[in-house]
Amino acid sequence: MIQARLRKTFPAREDSSGFSLDLEFTAAAGVTVLFGPSGSGKTLVLDSIAGFVRPDEGRILVDDDLLFDGATGVHLPPQTRHCGYVFQKYALFPHMTLRENLAFAVEHLPRLERHRRVNESLEKFRLTDSAGLRPHEVSGGQRQRCSIARALIGSPKVLLLDEPSQGLDAPLRNELYDVLRQVRADFKTPILLVTHDLDECFELGEEMLVLHEGRLVQSGPPRKVLDQPATLEVARLLGAYNLLPGEIRALDPGRNTSKLRVGEFELDGPYFPGKLLGDRVTLCVRTEQLATAARNGRPGPNQIPAALKRAVETPHGIRLEFDNGILVDLTRGEYERLRDAKEWVIQFPSTSLRVL
Amino acid sequence: MPIDWFPLWLSLRVAFVSTAIALAAGLWLAYLLANRTFRGKEVVDAGVTLPLVLPPTVLGYYLLVLIGRASPFGKLWKAAVVAALLHSLPLTVKSARAALESVDRSYERAARTLGASEWRLFWRVTFPIARRPIYAAAALAFARSLGDFGVTLMVAGNIPGRTQTVAVAIYDAVESGNNSVALTLVIVVSAVALVILTIANRLEPAVVRR
Repeated sequence: MIQARLRKTFPAREDSSGFSLDLEFTAAAGVTVLFGPSGSGKTLVLDSIAGFVRPDEGRILVDDDLLFDGATGVHLPPQTRHCGYVFQKYALFPHMTLRENLAFAVEHLPRLERHRRVNESLEKFRLTDSAGLRPHEVSGGQRQRCSIARALIGSPKVLLLDEPSQGLDAPLRNELYDVLRQVRADFKTPILLVTHDLDECFELGEEMLVLHEGRLVQSGPPRKVLDQPATLEVARLLGAYNLLPGEIRALDPGRNTSKLRVGEFELDGPYFPGKLLGDRVTLCVRTEQLATAARNGRPGPNQIPAALKRAVETPHGIRLEFDNGILVDLTRGEYERLRDAKEWVIQFPSTSLRVL
Repeated sequence: MPIDWFPLWLSLRVAFVSTAIALAAGLWLAYLLANRTFRGKEVVDAGVTLPLVLPPTVLGYYLLVLIGRASPFGKLWKAAVVAALLHSLPLTVKSARAALESVDRSYERAARTLGASEWRLFWRVTFPIARRPIYAAAALAFARSLGDFGVTLMVAGNIPGRTQTVAVAIYDAVESGNNSVALTLVIVVSAVALVILTIANRLEPAVVRR
């Protein structure tokens, strides 16, 4: 369990505008993803926990150990914090074999115990055959597994991963996810993973913390965050949303319905708690929640007519771009059925409409 | 005329001792310069480098003032070691600092999260990764110490059989018209220096890759 409250300010300088980190979070066992664009302070959070950076104020507690406390001046050095850290480029010691890399982390243990732990770890991460080789002599996957094994061999209280999939090709990335899922299952401590890849959040994350400009803007399970971004900012960070300006024209809490005016059209939606009649809002709907149909006379309820600008292939299917700026993701099959349509309507599902 | 090989052995001994001292002291200084922030850090670096650019007479003068012109120390071979150090120390400090600073910080961070103390971090991680250019600098310092003339002459003087190094002996031989002696010593010194520089070059480029 990690409990952290961090505040750190970097004053503006000639070559950089200032930056301030100010956030508070807890992370239980399992994978907590720190998600955000570059420069949002994700790595700074990891470095504060590992002890490379001293926050100006706050408190970091891991289990019952106080690692940092601004008020009393406690600031343990990194070597006594027992944090496993997996670096972006692994940082395996180039002059040591994989076995020596692992042994380095458990040198304080008696010989036999050390030997046992290293062998166990080599076995578990499928490194036994390459134990005698140096990092530059083994494959990327082996380096990756070795860096994770090395971070874990000393039984750390937390595992910190700094964009571990950065720059990896797809097979290696999938291998990494498999290894990390295994680690998550075997290793009952919090794992903090920094990424700016949304797919990675869903692959691995049980909890997700969305960071923006040094602030925590939303937290929750990834699915929930994606379905219900808390602010316009979060929606923009997550991408893949259609964000349309609108106005609330009717609200009925009893029947859980509402009417929303978007441009010259009216859409039916669910009741929006906390919103008032006449509020200007932003309709927020994910690209794959929208459906399309060939236009057939007058548009039906919750349909908006639109002209197709172009259709682009994506790894997951087809993305349609309409002239009014709306994006819709279809599967290939859905698109094949509609591709000959001359005029289109976009179908908004009334229950999944969200406003911000 | 039989050649007196004493100056060559003396020079090798002086070079060896001065390189050993330069390596130890240079490594320590370079470590401080690379890892600590303190006031006047760059002044210290510049001060260490200064002997490389000052004329030998200036350095010799400083040493004479420091040691004392009449002190018996000036008549010992150790005075030649001190003279040689003036050039070997800057070479090792400069190169060792650059080598230590070029080691990727993530190795050091990794070692720290794995519980390594500063001492263990240095000797098990930073130094082994940076060692080749440091050894190369030591070889260069050795070759430079072997050939020192000006400062040695001013500080240690020219006492045959006591402080006469090979460079001074060659000067002596030329002055007194012993051309065959001069030629032999010149060739031997050049050959030794060539071998050492070749070793230095072979050490240099092989910075450990990931």
